[in-house]
Amino acid sequence: MPKVFRSTIIDAPVETVWGILRDFNGHDRWHPAVEESHIEGVRAGDQVGAVRNFKLASGGQLREQLLKLSDRDRSLTYCILDAPIPLIGYVATISLKRVTDSERTFWEWRSTFDAPPGLEAALERLVVEDVYEAGFAALSHLLSKPGQTASAVNEAPRVTVRPIARTVARPIRCHAVMIDSYGSHDVLRWREVEVPSPTAGEVRLRQAAVGVNFIDINVRAGRYPQFAPPLTPGVEAVGEVLDVGEEVLGILPGDRVGYVCLPPGAYAQYRNVSADRLVKIPQDISDQTAAAVLLKGMTAEYLLRRAHRVRRGDALLVHSAAGATGMLVCQWAKHLGATVIGTVGSEEKARVARDNGCDHPVLYTREDFAARVKEVTGGKGVSVVYDGVGRDTLLRSFEALSMRGHLVSFGQSSGAPEPLDIGMLTAKSAKISRPAVFHYIADPAELRASAAAVFEQVRRGVLRPTVRLRALSDAAEAHRELESRSTTGATVLMCG
Amino acid sequence: MVKVYTSSVIDAPADRVWGHIRDFNGLPNWVPAVADSRIEGGVPADKVGCIRNFNLKDGGNLREQLLALSDYDYSVTYNILVSPMGVQNYVATLKLTPVTDGERTFAEWTAEFDCEQGREQELADDIGNGVFQAAFDNLKRQLGSQQ
Repeated sequence: MPKVFRSTIIDAPVETVWGILRDFNGHDRWHPAVEESHIEGVRAGDQVGAVRNFKLASGGQLREQLLKLSDRDRSLTYCILDAPIPLIGYVATISLKRVTDSERTFWEWRSTFDAPPGLEAALERLVVEDVYEAGFAALSHLLSKPGQTASAVNEAPRVTVRPIARTVARPIRCHAVMIDSYGSHDVLRWREVEVPSPTAGEVRLRQAAVGVNFIDINVRAGRYPQFAPPLTPGVEAVGEVLDVGEEVLGILPGDRVGYVCLPPGAYAQYRNVSADRLVKIPQDISDQTAAAVLLKGMTAEYLLRRAHRVRRGDALLVHSAAGATGMLVCQWAKHLGATVIGTVGSEEKARVARDNGCDHPVLYTREDFAARVKEVTGGKGVSVVYDGVGRDTLLRSFEALSMRGHLVSFGQSSGAPEPLDIGMLTAKSAKISRPAVFHYIADPAELRASAAAVFEQVRRGVLRPTVRLRALSDAAEAHRELESRSTTGATVLMCG
Repeated sequence: MVKVYTSSVIDAPADRVWGHIRDFNGLPNWVPAVADSRIEGGVPADKVGCIRNFNLKDGGNLREQLLALSDYDYSVTYNILVSPMGVQNYVATLKLTPVTDGERTFAEWTAEFDCEQGREQELADDIGNGVFQAAFDNLKRQLGSQQ
């Protein structure tokens, strides 16, 4: 049974190296042999049991499972499930130790496996040279500080990896969309701005695509007095990491990432954002799709699975079923096996909704949606209403609820509802909640899990966002269109 | 319980470094603070259970017992029976691991012990820096090129 052991010293602190290596799915960013990797199903990369499915640069496909992970010992163990080469019963362990006298890291990589007779030496050589030693050289090169002599690796790395400076160390002049005062869409202005180097815990992004959300309109209109002008709207974007501040672990310049966060500031070409808000964008999902689907998809995720748990056979009602978030809720709910009733404002939108998982589109301009719900559900009502409209709909939404139903008031595009008398809930023993997406993705582990679930559903074709593209400098027009309620689907501003 | 962990990289192959430090009675050869040493009872220095009795250059005397020795893992574990430091239940392990990329050695020295309240940091520094790191630095001078 061949046993392989290789080790090296990396010129970087153990926390930095562990931050990168503990991401079981992150090896396509630094290992030259790996082209693209994703985690199967809906698990996070540091969830024990996760399976990484990846393509080799040379063309084969492999599946490996994470068996053990310890942040305390900085070690992880994994095994091969499927591979195009006969490494039988292959189990490997990576472990790191701190070199206390010099801010460096000792990295050992070892494995055992069985090989068909006669192939032991060749397979050993493949594992040692193409996996372990190539990995050492690539990560070492990536983390080497500029200006230092190379660590004692005598041969050049197999793949040329650019050594990347950790900070660009100067402010960047670029453009952003800003407002000097609250108002309508025409207070949005295209301004030149300067983005400083990222501070501790921050990352500076060169943004590619910005997601437009209703909260941007509310911020611009002054409905969030805690965000006072001058300000840049926007809470969601996707881009490439330019440089990282101190104490940022596991994120390298060049990584494709997305974020959803407050305070606003996303409508910009470059931007500093807190590293714990970032999620990595899988290679098979484009910038536009990610920006269209990240916040709205995570909203659908928490609404359907955490704020309330929708099950096969449930009937539900969602407003603005042809809107960007509504459409994703319909698609995902249909996939979960629910009967989806959705309100829309036009025939065209009814058509769009029906094409995207809504079983019963209801034109609220012509019909009382609560009555239609009673009709569709044989008088019982729906077990959950997802109401992002607020003022115009909340009381009727309550009417549409079944006994013990749940009214999830997650937004107020028509304005804040009137205060409710809690006593009215008793008639149905109903539940009402008023969640905010940010509370469901504040914890970095929940954020990563939610984003992973969204990307997985995009990959499976369950979530199929309709994306309208505009230039970032056309943000005012994008807002005007969105407020006119003539749009369907998601608007994404491209940074160009 | 105070835990001390000191590690370093020595520019020499692990088997050569091990050959240099394996001798439980050989501290004077590579630990700067140690003046002389003998094994009590004339027993071989690699007989597990033997006791080394040694004097420091500043005059202190220690007795340490060999608890484990492994030529396979390049590690040695011992405890202190008598010392002037004021530590109790002191057990230490010195272990080498090859750095296969470059013929180097990763050396780790750990110790755990109890002591009087308030002295933890002082003793941890004295042992971690004053003994372990000083010995590693000396090993590097003796065996390795730079670093």
